[in-house]
Order: sequence, then structure tokens, then C-alpha cells
Amino acid sequence: MRGAEIVIQCLREQGVEVVFGYPGGAILPLYDALYGAREVLRHVLPTHEQHGAHAADGYARASGKIGVCLATSGPGATNLVTGIAASFMDSIPVVYITANIPRAKRGSDSFQEADIWGITMSITKHSVVVASARSLARELREAFFIAREGRPGPVLVDIPKDVLEEADDTYTFLDQDALEAWYRENRFLRQKGELFFQRQNRFLDEGALDSIAHTLSTAKRPVILAGGGVIRGKACDALREVMHRLDAPVASTLMGITAIPYFDRHFLGMAGMHGTRGANAALQKCDVLLAVGTRFSDRTLMNAQRFAPHAHVIHIDIDRAEINKTVSSYLHVTADARAILEPLAQRLPFIHRPVWWQTPAMDQQGEAWTPSHIMTAMARMAQYEGIVVTDVGQHQMWVAQAYPFIHPGQMITSGGSGTMGYGLGGAIGAQLAQPDALVTLVTGDGSFLMNQAELTTVARERLPIIIVVMDNRALGMVRQWQSLFYDGRHMATGLSGIPDYEKLAAAYGMEGSYVSNMEAFCRAYQQAVEERRSALILCRIDPDEMVRPMVRPQGSLESYILESREES
Amino acid sequence: MEKYTLSVLVYNQPGALARVASLFSRRGFNIESLAVGTTNMEGISRMTIRILATVQIVEQMVAQIQKLMSVIVVQVLPQGQEVSRELLLIKVACDQSSREAVARIVDIFRARIIDVSRGSMTIEITGEEDKNSAFIEMLQDYGIIEMARTGMVALERGVASISNVL
Ligand SMILES: Cc1ncc(C[n+]2csc(CCOP(=O)(O)OP(=O)(O)O)c2C)c(N)n1
Repeated sequence: MRGAEIVIQCLREQGVEVVFGYPGGAILPLYDALYGAREVLRHVLPTHEQHGAHAADGYARASGKIGVCLATSGPGATNLVTGIAASFMDSIPVVYITANIPRAKRGSDSFQEADIWGITMSITKHSVVVASARSLARELREAFFIAREGRPGPVLVDIPKDVLEEADDTYTFLDQDALEAWYRENRFLRQKGELFFQRQNRFLDEGALDSIAHTLSTAKRPVILAGGGVIRGKACDALREVMHRLDAPVASTLMGITAIPYFDRHFLGMAGMHGTRGANAALQKCDVLLAVGTRFSDRTLMNAQRFAPHAHVIHIDIDRAEINKTVSSYLHVTADARAILEPLAQRLPFIHRPVWWQTPAMDQQGEAWTPSHIMTAMARMAQYEGIVVTDVGQHQMWVAQAYPFIHPGQMITSGGSGTMGYGLGGAIGAQLAQPDALVTLVTGDGSFLMNQAELTTVARERLPIIIVVMDNRALGMVRQWQSLFYDGRHMATGLSGIPDYEKLAAAYGMEGSYVSNMEAFCRAYQQAVEERRSALILCRIDPDEMVRPMVRPQGSLESYILESREES
Repeated sequence: MEKYTLSVLVYNQPGALARVASLFSRRGFNIESLAVGTTNMEGISRMTIRILATVQIVEQMVAQIQKLMSVIVVQVLPQGQEVSRELLLIKVACDQSSREAVARIVDIFRARIIDVSRGSMTIEITGEEDKNSAFIEMLQDYGIIEMARTGMVALERGVASISNVL
């Protein structure tokens, strides 16, 4: 069997149904094999490799499976870099497969040669250059395992073109059971057992569990901080059980937003720079903080020295290296969130506490034309179902603060990397992962300009994605900083020369509309929802609109530079 | 800040060394010295890394290194429980008048002269870092032409072995 065919078979072993990719010279042998497999493996062609990477990433987030993205050598591979970094920062399992120039030419600066292995070394969980067709299956199987086990992350497999063409007769297809057995017997992976097998309880430390349970049940003001690991680790039910037993409020990070339903009286909303007053205050007041599946990003802490000053921190994370990295913990466990929260919940008594925390004013009713009202209206029309993907900027924070999510995983956003241009690719991936779900992209006009070429893909694949652009004719978030910290000297943050989006939408055979009041917005959105078709809706809003509240950079979580709207 | 010695066993794969080294630079950890060589186990190399750091930083480094797929095991050698050596080759300028004096220093340090020419002397010395540094210091006055240090290698005292984990 030729190397290219082995790649296809390995993808089938893993149950891959969709791959995102962009062809080119070096990867031609693989595309030829894909041609043969086109009935069983759906290939989606983006307009740019970066968006293909985001699509594979969005697919992974929405499906819980592993995303797969292909690119050719040189510029094809380097175009993936931003996407790989986004997957890395948010711990998303994606296998990136690049082709490279033939082995014999390696290092000679030959046409479209790029050392993608070297370039991506610090933004991948693991990466390999495949040495021969014989090692191809092993490398790919390991890549999938490494991407998904332990703390997930992107893995890059770089395959020289002649390896794709080389024949190897040792390959045999492994079905599910054989594959699992293969993984169990793999010495290389077993060596890293403590990284990979935390989902199994054999690594649980009963003593640690008891001390955590004791510390939590004797706390006066316990608070829970939920990170993205709770969602990825499917630990939301277990976390809710812990929350109810302790009668403790939950704040979330940006990545942890959908861990607890928005309307739960224990849910404080997002903490951090643009966190709710309730979430930030609770963190600063608590005596015990249970932090689960979070790496304590600086956007959440603001100032590590002043963060949760009275708290004994209990840190649960799947990655040992996150423990004591930025916040010193009083107790900690390196474990999969669910593997620990389930037995932990069983050890906790039912406590009843007077409410000492403040839940945010939620669900903005009425016709007012503000970003948070728009979020609420959208959710109501979507009947609180479906997925919201965002780009990066003010609109992203408005979604994070005000969109009432009720199911885990409903929000998809580039958090750690903050990648503008993530959105439309991400939404395409999410829609392909969940074809029946309502997928809405909430983006900004700046971000959308970065990726609007993907409207082509939306149209070609007939994806019913609804795109809501918060159209402020500005790079709003940066403009906000210029207003606050640079005397309003708005440099390069005004957007002009933007096309007429009604016409642009029409060019793609899509409905496009500018709206500037709630009634018009609801009409446009409702109609798209009912007709299950893509639409482009541009919400005209004031460029001076700011994301509120806002904590002073480097300040404590309660030193506000901007109060929330209700308080100002 | 204190000095720590890390022993790291890595698979002898292309790029394994680059990965560990890049981790140090990316995370802003400072390396004092780094030495790599093969071991008695086929396909496995050992890196010895000397660092100046706090306990917290060392703990973080170990956790980060341990995550790399090509790394089999990382160990912080227990302080005071290690034997460590470094090889230094040093070429000193000396003529007839100073040769005697340099040879005396060589004797005192139990070093070895391995090459002599009319204008120079090349000396080999093995020892702990401090000893080698003191030796260099003593030769400063005569004029050091060039030198090369291997970086520290170290093992734990007694019967213990890092490869017990394998
Ligand atoms: C690729 C990339 N470049 C630059 C930035 C810096 N940046 C952060 S937010 C922002 C403005 C985003 O503008 P827009 O998409 O219009 O959203 P808004 O803030 O107006 O809602 C910029 C430029 C970034 N996050 N990503």
C-alpha cells in the first residue's frame, strides 16, 4: 500500500468523517488517494488554510472528536500557523497533516520548502516528521492518541511527498478494538501514562480527595471557578452536584462559560477583566476557591498577587504543569475533572447557606438597542438551543457576558489566543460537526473583514450559518483602549471603505440586511432561523459603545476603570 | 535562587534536544550548562542541565519538561547527593619563562598537560564546576588563548538510578 493510502486508512481507523484541507504540489499524492475515498471521507475546501485550521478546530470543539486539517508544503503549511496556535492555547485536539518536499531534497531550500516542524514546535503538543512509509501508521495513530488524551492539544504530522508515494506492505487496518489494544501495548505511550490515563480512577489519591472534601465542607464562603476543562472533560453535571451540595456560587473563565446554565441562581457569570461584579467580588471575598480545569489566565486573574487574597486555593487540573504555575494552591490534584469531581461530590454534605453573593442582572428584556439586549433577543429566538461562535473583540465579550447559554459547549470562541478571523472558519467547522444545530456567528466588522472570503465555503457547502455582525465601523476593542488609555487618539481603528454588505450577501446568494433597531433585528434573525438558511445581519451600533465593566489592567479584580451600565 | 541539576532521559530522536532547549527559552528559564550523551540503554540519551532557580521554578520546569513526548523521565538530583564532573580543555599562552609556573598550578589542581608547543600549553582538567572555575582564574594571568567546557554531567550517589523508572 502506498503511504498516501495508509494515511486515508488511518483516518478511517479513527472514525474521521470530515477533513478540512487545501491541496498543492507536495500533497498531491494524498489528494489522489482522497479522490478514491471521496465517498467515505468528506473533504471541505476553505478559501485559505488558516480558516481551514479554524474549521477543523471548530469541528473538534463542537463534536468532541478530533479535527483533521491538511495543507501542502511551504506557504500552505505556514498559513496554518495561526490556527495551530489557536488550538494550542485552548487545548483543542486537532491533527494537522502537512506534506513536505521529498526527503532527499530536505534542507536545500527547495521550492516550497518550510521547516514547519521547527516553526510550530512551541505551539504544538507534539509534532513529527515522518521518516518512512513503514512508520506512517504508527506516527498517525500516536498523533491521534496524543491529541485527545490527557490535556488535549494540536499535533502536527509532517509527511515528505516521497513518503506518501512509497509503498509499504506491513500496514494492516485496525478496527476499534484492535486499535485500543494497539494503544495499550504501545510502549512509547505507556511511558507517558501519568499524562494520559487520568481519566481512569487508578490515579486518584483518596487522601487528597478527603482533604479537599474537608476543606470545602468547612469553608464559610467557598467559591468555584470553572474553566474550559470542565466542559472538555464532560464534568459539568459533576460540578453542578458539587455546587448544589456546597451551596456555593460559580464564576467561570471565558472558556468555562457554558459549564453552568446562565439562569442558575449560583451562576455569577464570567470573572476577570470584563467579568461581572458578582463574579469578581466573590473571588476576592471567598475563603476557599475550588478552581477546576483552568490555567488561571492573566485575563481572569488580572493581577496574580492580588487575586483571591483570602482564599485557600484548591486546584484541579489535568495538566501537572498548571499546578502552582501562576497561583499557588493550598491543595491540588492532577486529574481529569470528571474523574475527581464525581467522587468528590459523594464526599460532600448538603449545606444550606444564606446567599452572600450577587448574581448579575440577567436576561435583558425589552426593546432597547444595546449589545446585551441583542444577545438576549437572539437566544430567545434560538430557543436557547444551538451554538454561538464568536470572533475576537468587544462583540466576543458581549456574548460572554450576556448571551444566556444553558447547555455545555454552546459557546465556541478563540480564548487563549484571541484570534481575530477565527469566527467564520470556526462556525463552518461547528456546523459540519452538528448539521442540525442552529449555528450563529457573532462577529465584529473588523474580524469579519479578515475572513469573509469564507462566505464562498458557506455558500458552496450550503451551510445555514447565521452571521450577526456587530457593525460599529471600528476595531472596537482596540478603539476602546485608545479611548481609555491613549487620550482618545484613535489611530487605525476606524473602518472605512467597507463594502455594502447587502450587496455582498446578494452576490453569494444570501440574504443580507442592515438593522438598527430591535424590531428589524428580530425580523431578520427570526426569519433566517425559521427558514434554516444562512443570512448576514449587520447590527449598526455606536462606535463609542464600550465593554463594561472593565477592570484596570494589573489591578485587583475590584479596581474598576469602567462600571457596568446599570451602575454608571 | 540556588543551583539545581536536572537529569533528563530522552528518546534519541531527531529534534528531541531541540524541543527541550526551546522549552527553556520559550518559558524564560535560564540554563547554566547543558550536556548530552548516549546511555547504556539503546536509543536513549541523557541530558544533564544545570540551572539557577527557585524551588518553584524548578518544579515548574520539571512539569513542563515531563510533558514533552520525547522525554522519558526528569529527575532533580537531590542536592548534596550527587557526584558531578565537568571536563575542561584550556590552552594557555606560555613560554620558557612561565612554563614552570603553569606546570606547578597544573600539579596543584591535579590537571594534566596534554599538548605543549613553544608558545602554548593545552591542559585537561576534570572536576566540579567550582574547581574548574578556580583553575581558570589561576591561569588568567598567563593569558588564555582558548578553552572549551563540556558542561556538567552528574549522577546520584549510591545504587539509585534514574532508569529505575523504566
Ligand atoms: C489576528 C489579530 N490581530 C489583531 C488583534 C488585536 N485586536 C483585538 S480586538 C481587535 C478589534 C476587533 O474588531 P472587530 O472585529 O470589529 O470587533 P469589535 O471589537 O468592534 O467588536 C483587534 C484589532 C487580534 N486579537 N487578532
